[in-house]
This record gives sequence, C-alpha cells and structure tokens, in this order.
Amino acid sequence: MELHGYTQTVGSLDATFAALADPTRRAILARLAEGDASVSELAEPFAMSQPAISKHLKVLERAGLISRAREAQRRPRRLEAAPLAEASQWIETYRQFWEGQFQRLDALLDQLKSAPKKQARAKRRAHALHTHIERRTH
Amino acid sequence: MANPGKLKVEARGDREIVMTREFTAPRELVFDAFTKPGLVRQWLLGPPGWTMPVCEIDFRVGGSYRYVWRHNNGNEMGMGGVYREIVVPERIVSTEKFDEAWYPGEAVGTVLLTESGGRTTVTQVVQYSSKEARDSVLKSPMESGVAAGYDRLEQLLAQKAA
Repeated sequence: MELHGYTQTVGSLDATFAALADPTRRAILARLAEGDASVSELAEPFAMSQPAISKHLKVLERAGLISRAREAQRRPRRLEAAPLAEASQWIETYRQFWEGQFQRLDALLDQLKSAPKKQARAKRRAHALHTHIERRTH
Repeated sequence: MANPGKLKVEARGDREIVMTREFTAPRELVFDAFTKPGLVRQWLLGPPGWTMPVCEIDFRVGGSYRYVWRHNNGNEMGMGGVYREIVVPERIVSTEKFDEAWYPGEAVGTVLLTESGGRTTVTQVVQYSSKEARDSVLKSPMESGVAAGYDRLEQLLAQKAA
C-alpha cells in the first residue's frame, strides 16, 4: 500500500503481537513516535550493528507498524499508528471485561475484611450487655 | 473503598496473556476468593445480565472445577478444567476449556499471589495451545464472544421494534 510517498504493508494481528514482543522493537517504535528517523538514527541509542537494526525494522515493517519514505536518500522510517491501535483495542476490550469482574472482587474483599471485625464488635457488645444484665440481676 | 489497582493486560510471547492487578486485602483472603465456590460465584459473574448458577470446585491436585454462566435470556456458557498444582496461598495451576470454545485446544492458567504491606498482587498467566488460539481469545473475549452476540442481537431487535 502506498500513502503520501510511504510504502506500507498491512500486517495481521499475529505479526503485530510478534513484532511488539521484543524490547528493542518497542524502543524503536517509541523513538519513531517522536518523529521519523533514518536507520542510522534509529541504531544510535542501541549497542547494535545497522544490519541488526535493519532486521528489527523488517519485522516492524512486515507487521505494518512502520513504513519507509520512498524518495528521500536516507529513507526515513515512520510509525504507523493504525495496527498498533487495533492491537491495543483488542487488549483494551479484554482488559475492561476483567476489570469489571475484579471491581466486584474488590467489593467482596472489603466485605470479607470487615466481617471478622463486625463479628468481634458484636461479640464485645453482647458480652458487655451480658455483664450489665448480670450485675443488675445479682 | 476506592478501587486500588488498575488491571494490566499484556500479550506475552506467542501464546500467553498476562494480567496483573493489585487488591487491598491479605493474600489468604484473595486466595479464598479465587478457590471457594461460595466466594467465586459472587464476583466471577461475567458481563451484566449473567449469573453463575454452577460453581463446583474440587480443590486438590487432580481435582476438577466446573463453572456455568447463565444469561437472563436463557443462554448458557460453561467451562472447566483440572487442578495441576496448588500451593496455598500463593499459586494455582489449572487447565481450562470452554464447552463451546471459539479457539482451538486447552489452555493452562497460572494464578500467582504475592503480598506486600497488606496488599496482594495477583498475576494471572493463561497459556494457549497456539498463537492462533491466543489471538482468537484477545479478539473475542467472553463479553464480545458467543454470549454478548445475543445481547447485541437483542438490543438491535428492541431498537427495530421501537
């Protein structure tokens, strides 16, 4: 696919997650989130050879997470937000489902925590009342 | 009390989903809430409209558990598995499979509980049989899966009728 002079691949969710599983690749994406960058600029912060970085870039490109400019000499890479957004949206739906369950669990745990205290208070009250009655009757 | 921990969800490696969340309660209490039927069925209810009429737990290694959820429109969804490893109150490993699974194979779930300063962090790792299975689950979690499909249909029909 070609858009604004950048060549982009449309990746699958599989490819997206596989690409995101690597810390170097996540760091590259974070760098590209600040702006387009060439391969040598991207390689700079890492103790890695350019070919090693290029390999990571290929994985990101196949996943559709980055694109490269066609015309410029330095062929800067650009972050493609759509597949990233799609992948995080799936995770977000899943997260919301479980967060709903866990908020109920929060409430239940609060109940359970206060239950023994309430019982102890009730016991103390019953005991006090009992002593009071005993004093009055004796 | 305020909701203490926000849930973190990650797709890890090829086959896993990892969830991490903190609870303001001692570990023993959280462990009970994950393993005692009377407590499990009070919170593991699924999306609104669902109840959990069946929650059977034979809590020992080799013992099995069975959960069934029912929607007020009559739809049911069941799942179950076998306990593989139990360390009270810190670790539970069990298999899990839905009756009408929308992903291939059986998954293995691990629940880890760590306590610090009266707070318990729960880490749940579910490992699926393949990358495809894991991704299917992420694409269609319970609420957007089989069950909620009916909910949406119901809403749509109600809208059309109105």
